Amino acid sequence: MDLHFGDELKQLQEEVRRLLTERVSANLLRRLISEDEGYDPALWRTAAELGLLGAAVPEQYGGSGLGERAVCAIAEEMGRAVAPLPFFSSICLAAEAIKLAGAPAQKSAWLPRLASGEAIGTFAWQEGLGPPETDVDARFENGRISGVKSPVPDALLADVAVVVCEGPRLALADLSKGVRREPLRGFDQLRSHAKLVFENTPAEAMDVPDPKDALRRLYDRAAIYAAFEQLGAAESAMFMARDYTLQRYTFGRQLASYQAVKHNLANILVMVELARSNALYAAAALEADAPDLGAAAATARLAATRAYETAARENLQLHGGVGFTWEADCHFHYRRARLLALSLGSPAIWENRLIEALTKKNAAAA
Amino acid sequence: MHQTAPPARIDESAFRREVRAWLADNAAEYREARAWPEAELVARSLAWQKRKAEAGFGLITEPPGLGGRDGTAAMASIFAEEEARYHTPTFTGLGIAFGMALPTIRKHGAPEQYRRFAEPTIKGEAAWCQLFSEPSAGSDLAGLRTRAVRDGERWIVNGQKVWSSWAHHARFGILLARTDPTVVKHQGLTFFVLDMRTPGIEVRPIRQISGKSDFNETFLTDVVIPDANRIGAEGEGWACAMTVLMNERHGASERASVSHDSVENLLRAALAAGRLDSSSVRSKLAQWWVEEQGLKNFGLRIRAALERGETPPPAVAMMKLVSATKMQQTNAFLMDLGEYGGLFSEPDRPEQEQVFFQYIWSSAMMIAGGADEILRNQLAERVLGMPSEPRMDKVPFNELPGIKSS
Repeated sequence: MDLHFGDELKQLQEEVRRLLTERVSANLLRRLISEDEGYDPALWRTAAELGLLGAAVPEQYGGSGLGERAVCAIAEEMGRAVAPLPFFSSICLAAEAIKLAGAPAQKSAWLPRLASGEAIGTFAWQEGLGPPETDVDARFENGRISGVKSPVPDALLADVAVVVCEGPRLALADLSKGVRREPLRGFDQLRSHAKLVFENTPAEAMDVPDPKDALRRLYDRAAIYAAFEQLGAAESAMFMARDYTLQRYTFGRQLASYQAVKHNLANILVMVELARSNALYAAAALEADAPDLGAAAATARLAATRAYETAARENLQLHGGVGFTWEADCHFHYRRARLLALSLGSPAIWENRLIEALTKKNAAAA
Repeated sequence: MHQTAPPARIDESAFRREVRAWLADNAAEYREARAWPEAELVARSLAWQKRKAEAGFGLITEPPGLGGRDGTAAMASIFAEEEARYHTPTFTGLGIAFGMALPTIRKHGAPEQYRRFAEPTIKGEAAWCQLFSEPSAGSDLAGLRTRAVRDGERWIVNGQKVWSSWAHHARFGILLARTDPTVVKHQGLTFFVLDMRTPGIEVRPIRQISGKSDFNETFLTDVVIPDANRIGAEGEGWACAMTVLMNERHGASERASVSHDSVENLLRAALAAGRLDSSSVRSKLAQWWVEEQGLKNFGLRIRAALERGETPPPAVAMMKLVSATKMQQTNAFLMDLGEYGGLFSEPDRPEQEQVFFQYIWSSAMMIAGGADEILRNQLAERVLGMPSEPRMDKVPFNELPGIKSS
């Protein structure tokens, strides 16, 4: 399998990196937190104009049809910049869910609007505490949803949601109609979350013969996109720590010259390189719809979660006391790493998914 | 040197079929894993190498005259994958030959030298050993003391080498020696090929903690090396040594996919032991799988980079770092699964001997070819651009403390 991102994708990725470097400053992020703003609408419009939102949306639905690897490349840059955009919710979750499970009319209605940035989508699965996919109480009957989904990412901004209901059944809800949104105070201050309260809210059934299978596939895809987001972010936190230790002097030496510091960063580099290798494999498996996609997705997610969580923690540690201050900006990664580690299910859940997949493969081979 | 036309695209599936058929005809006796006495292992390894060379599989990327078939790196990987389905005999002396000696001679030596040493090696007539480390030069390899003094068109070598794996079965050795003690230590080294049949070489086995004696001490007394066996320029030895070490670190992590401590086998063992329901067991297995796949996929990236004509990134040093630690952890786990009883091999569980051996061997892997600590320094310095360790040895070699007095 060819793991290499071709020149076209590399170029796209460079463009996104340039754009986000220029437009997403630490000042902007701190201001968004202080003003309790969930995202940067002007940057969202620019991203849409550059075609970043429709990368994996087929051309017939207004996308550019560049493919899933393009979304991976963009997600990596979103992670690197901690970009204040609902990219993951709208593109990696909602658009993917509609692609996987939407009826033709639903695809025609929503994919072009998501690809153009005119509408923002989200995916509502979680209901309070506990692992995803279990104990779903929201009901979808006679074209109406009743129940509470929480936390839902970017739910304050979203125009449409794919909602997981008891069964499981998948419903598509236009959020302009009869939904109450209650903002949540979340650990990550840069991605807003809310509670969606459906009270006999009209919604459409999605068109999928096996919703359970569709959900599994959606989680696999989302896990791979998230792995790229985590990968970019991990690398960013690692370089942030490296750069700080290079410019800080203690006892007459650069902090970066101490072996304890070098070995700490070398260990993180190893995690980042393993994560990159596994993410690239998963991206290739995704585009090829390979039979081992489930295991590949879990592998990529576990590797990337470990790399990002470690890089985010050690970045703060290596900044010393300064790292604990608001202005040092270590907190963006320190909080974001936890969000990305848990939002699609914790490492323990993915370890189980992985072991189940491998056991099945072993049994099949025996 | 060795310029070849860009390889034509080959039909990989056709090549794979050819390889499979050839292996089925020629490697049938190696379907099952077997352990041979040392001398037989060496003889079988060389005979198997010869057989491969006669069929053009000796070193696939070389021309037919050299036991190859002008093939691509991808073809070589296909052959290696297919061969890994068998338990064909191979010993360290060939690993050093193909993984370290030949690539280094090819890169730093003259084409005539490469051909002279590659031909007998690929045709199964010569195994190699590495004469680098010394009792007082391990991680600090450039501090080595073995002297080579020029005498017209030859060199006279005196000194002591250690950890020379399988030197007692080697036809050639790659030797790093000091040719100029008056300059800074890295600049005074030169790289040679030593014919192990030269008078003045004494190889003594070292008894290891594994109970075996793979390694030796090698004493060199007035050993003569013709200047024609000098690889690269005088004083260029360190660059050659770096090429060797880079290949060693890369090669050390490439292990057969059928090894007993692969995660698939660990999973089977955990299932058989009734421990697969334990979340801590699952967590460990998942972590090792992430590492195993990460290394495999990292290897694919490196291979693709080489095929695009790029040099392998210095991050390859991480492969040995990850695989050696994993080897130690997974073999400990295979003992843990049996609790107290896991520390004993019984006639019905002979595979446990392999577990013991790999657990012991992992401790050597974490040191050989660059100790873990040295590799972490390198990753930090060469990949992340962090400062070098503070050094006290930037003076001429013969003025260093410890050298000056002796």
